[in-house]
Amino acid sequence: MTAFGIRLPAMSSLLIWGLLWEIVGQLDLTFFVPPLSQVFATLFEIIGTPVFVKALTETAYAFVMGVFFAIVIGIPVGILMGKSRIVDELLLPWVNIFVSAPLTALVPVLMVLFGFGLTSIIITTTLFAIWIIILNARAGVRQINRSLVEMARSFGATPLDAFTKIYFWAALPEILGGVRIGVIRAVKGVIIGQLLISIVGFGALFELYASNFLMGHFWAVLIILFALAFSISEFLGYLERKVAYYAAKR
Amino acid sequence: MSQTESSFAGAQRLGPDSAVSVRGVSKTYGAVEALRNMSLEFPRGQLTSLLGPSGCGKTTLLKIIAGLIPADEGEVEVNGTKIAGPGNDRAFVFQDFALLPWANVLRNVAFGLELRGVAKSEREAVAERYIRNVGLAGFEKSFPHELSGGMRQRVGLARALSVNADVLLLDEPFSAVDEQTRRKFQEDLLALVANENKTFIFVTHSIEEAVYVSDQIAILLARPSRVSEIIRPSSFREKGVENIRRDPEYLDIVDQIWASLRSYVE
Amino acid sequence: MNRSLVFKLLSAVLVFGAWEIGGRIPISYAFPTFLESMEAFARMAFDGTLLRAYAETLKPLVLGVAISALLGIGFGLWIGLSARSEWFFSPIFIVMQAAPLAALIPLLVMAYGIGLTSKVFVVCIMAMPVIVLNTAGAVRNTPASLKEMGQSFLADDRQILLKIVIPAASPVIFSGLRLGVSAGFIGAVLAELKITPTGVGDIISYSRSIADYPSMYAAIFSIILLAVLFLNLLEKLENVLFEGNNRGYVSD
Repeated sequence: MTAFGIRLPAMSSLLIWGLLWEIVGQLDLTFFVPPLSQVFATLFEIIGTPVFVKALTETAYAFVMGVFFAIVIGIPVGILMGKSRIVDELLLPWVNIFVSAPLTALVPVLMVLFGFGLTSIIITTTLFAIWIIILNARAGVRQINRSLVEMARSFGATPLDAFTKIYFWAALPEILGGVRIGVIRAVKGVIIGQLLISIVGFGALFELYASNFLMGHFWAVLIILFALAFSISEFLGYLERKVAYYAAKR
Repeated sequence: MSQTESSFAGAQRLGPDSAVSVRGVSKTYGAVEALRNMSLEFPRGQLTSLLGPSGCGKTTLLKIIAGLIPADEGEVEVNGTKIAGPGNDRAFVFQDFALLPWANVLRNVAFGLELRGVAKSEREAVAERYIRNVGLAGFEKSFPHELSGGMRQRVGLARALSVNADVLLLDEPFSAVDEQTRRKFQEDLLALVANENKTFIFVTHSIEEAVYVSDQIAILLARPSRVSEIIRPSSFREKGVENIRRDPEYLDIVDQIWASLRSYVE
Repeated sequence: MNRSLVFKLLSAVLVFGAWEIGGRIPISYAFPTFLESMEAFARMAFDGTLLRAYAETLKPLVLGVAISALLGIGFGLWIGLSARSEWFFSPIFIVMQAAPLAALIPLLVMAYGIGLTSKVFVVCIMAMPVIVLNTAGAVRNTPASLKEMGQSFLADDRQILLKIVIPAASPVIFSGLRLGVSAGFIGAVLAELKITPTGVGDIISYSRSIADYPSMYAAIFSIILLAVLFLNLLEKLENVLFEGNNRGYVSD
């Protein structure tokens, strides 16, 4: 998009949306939309408070742990599925089911099995993220150019060498792509988990603000959350593009 | 021997019976100069090749003639009328075939007529005739993904023929098909030029292909883009398709073009 | 019998067998066996409990997905066709796609109460971004040579849109719809668990509160089964409708 001969940066229209928000807020049309400036004032007010820091650390901990398990389990399982036909045929139907199933329905089960605490939230997060990571790692391994594999064999690479020096790197662009989508899903999972279990983290904070009609606080936390989620997704997209240069040339 | 002229001298002498005239056409993309003050005449009823290294602007020139890209400066005349965009008088054959994957061969071939609002029964009758002409009879109900690359390009060719345009523009039409198919195509193309009273403009990067099929070869050079010479093979065209490739003139021209292009290959 | 079917059955037997054994140990008081759960499933299926529940659950889901599809494809076409609207609107949907929109639920409840409206909204905010972004991307990625082909045969803008751009984009639009339906299921279940327990969400919540775990597991099993069957059906439909549509270019 260009205006007056100047190329406008991609996300710059958000400034206009912010301006619209401010106008709607100033006009006092609805109680639910306070002016953006007021939301930001609240944002800086609450960002250092113990309540907020506690919610953030709790959420971050659950998120990081959830993503950690999803990656540590997901990538090897995916690579294994890509290499072994039997494992693939046994697991693929289930992975395909869970990648698109309404996983929210499983949260009540986690609650009765693992209690109303952190464990359930971490498992929810992992469940949201892991399936797409598995599928992408599998796809990455399956698309490896046969001649690369044959090259490794012709130079006498051991299976371990072939694995660490060829398969992992050749599948890396797809693996990272899966991790990126998985992490975005994990952000949604950790919030959904907290909303349903609703004793810890941002879930508790949202309940608190909503029940006390603190709209400024509510939007402020929402903006921080959305900004964090968006930054994480953009950062991973950037990493993915860094390795994508050789994805095209394999 | 072949007759070699500078582009301008050729343009003046062939003036009256040109089907397409390109006069002083320039085109820049940002800082890249694709074409600078290009002038070229395309004799009626003949096949002219645009030959040159990649990046010499030959496809850009072809798309300007097609009216798909506007020229920054200069003009293109078809049958004496200045063009202002795509027209009924020209039909384009695409390098990647540009077939509708969701439509069968019959609808693909009839698509040009469909866009012109020709009634279904009428356009399908025309399409069927050209499908037979290009040797695809029996494949009317097949879909593009069921055909080989060569067959797909025959569909693209039939589609261009079915609108009965005076000028056929072919953008590296055989670059995506295998060598045997390519040779068969070149022979068919010669028959087409002889039988249909149409003007062909043919973009290629293969020297042998250009010399084999052309009545006139325009050699384009890059940076800055220009017509470096025009070659008109004279003697081997009548000797039959099997004999062209061992005709001394054919071999001489191929060598001569390579000699003038080799210094531009990095 | 073919190998893939054998392995599918084997895989199902392994998983359900593990479930059965896990329930018999039992690994938790709240972990019923597979057979107990299936018994509850059959009971609820035959006495009409599930039927009544799904009549309730499907209401916001169907409404929400229909609204998302209509608005989403419309917005997507607009964004894909016009650079200006892309600049203006696409950041909103890109942020929505990355953000945990579930966090908006408390706000929706405040604004629209605990009725159907809020639930439809939840389904919409989950389903819409992926539909919009897929549609816009598909429209933008129409092969350039197909559009040029249309132009060279003097097609007007309307013909290019209706005869080239939309048919070329429809496989990706359709798979966007499928992803939207999948996200819509997540939203519908979330709405029933979070806002007010109705339909399947009610069975889950109620049977949990009276510790009738087989019924709870059966209800969860049923919604996942329904979602998976429906999404599989859409995928089959997609393969039939657009067979060969992504092939047929030189690049294959």
